[in-house]
Amino acid sequence: MPMAASEIEQMIKAAIPDAEVTVRDLAGDGDHYAARVVSRSFAGMSRIKQHQAVYAALGGRVGGELHALQLETAVPNTETTSE
Amino acid sequence: MSDAQTRIDDMVKKNDIVLFMKGTALFPQCGFSSRAIAILDRLGATYETVDVLQDPEIRTGIKDYSDWPTIPQLYVRGEFVGGSDIMMEMFESGELQQLLGAEA
Repeated sequence: MPMAASEIEQMIKAAIPDAEVTVRDLAGDGDHYAARVVSRSFAGMSRIKQHQAVYAALGGRVGGELHALQLETAVPNTETTSE
Repeated sequence: MSDAQTRIDDMVKKNDIVLFMKGTALFPQCGFSSRAIAILDRLGATYETVDVLQDPEIRTGIKDYSDWPTIPQLYVRGEFVGGSDIMMEMFESGELQQLLGAEA
């Protein structure tokens, strides 16, 4: 069962409320996505922990029904004031 | 530890650089595994690979071993480094060169 991009975004935001989430459907088939997740809660976490937090938010779907999720995580750049 | 966990632990500790992947270095069976191999080759790294498609126990077990849901998975000197996205980020920032370069 493919997942909608909006569903991915909602699940991440439900678990990481301050997250700024950008989801792109790479192949247009609802099965290959790229997500960028920016959150203050990632501060001080290793990359592995940051990705694990997003995988946890998606409740075990990554690697299962969500085969291809290219993931990029970041802490907001504190020097910009636009957000 | 279950048998599969013990076997994985052995492979991780026995090899300085080991990539758990789908397929082989010559014939990766998934775009993400292919990308991981391309990065390692680009860095001229000497590495071992484990084809999880040949072993269902390893394929399931490796996800528990690292608490990481996807394959490929890179281990350097016994430590889990990440999947292909993290490898790409570390490659672009130069961190992966450093980590692997410490081998030479």
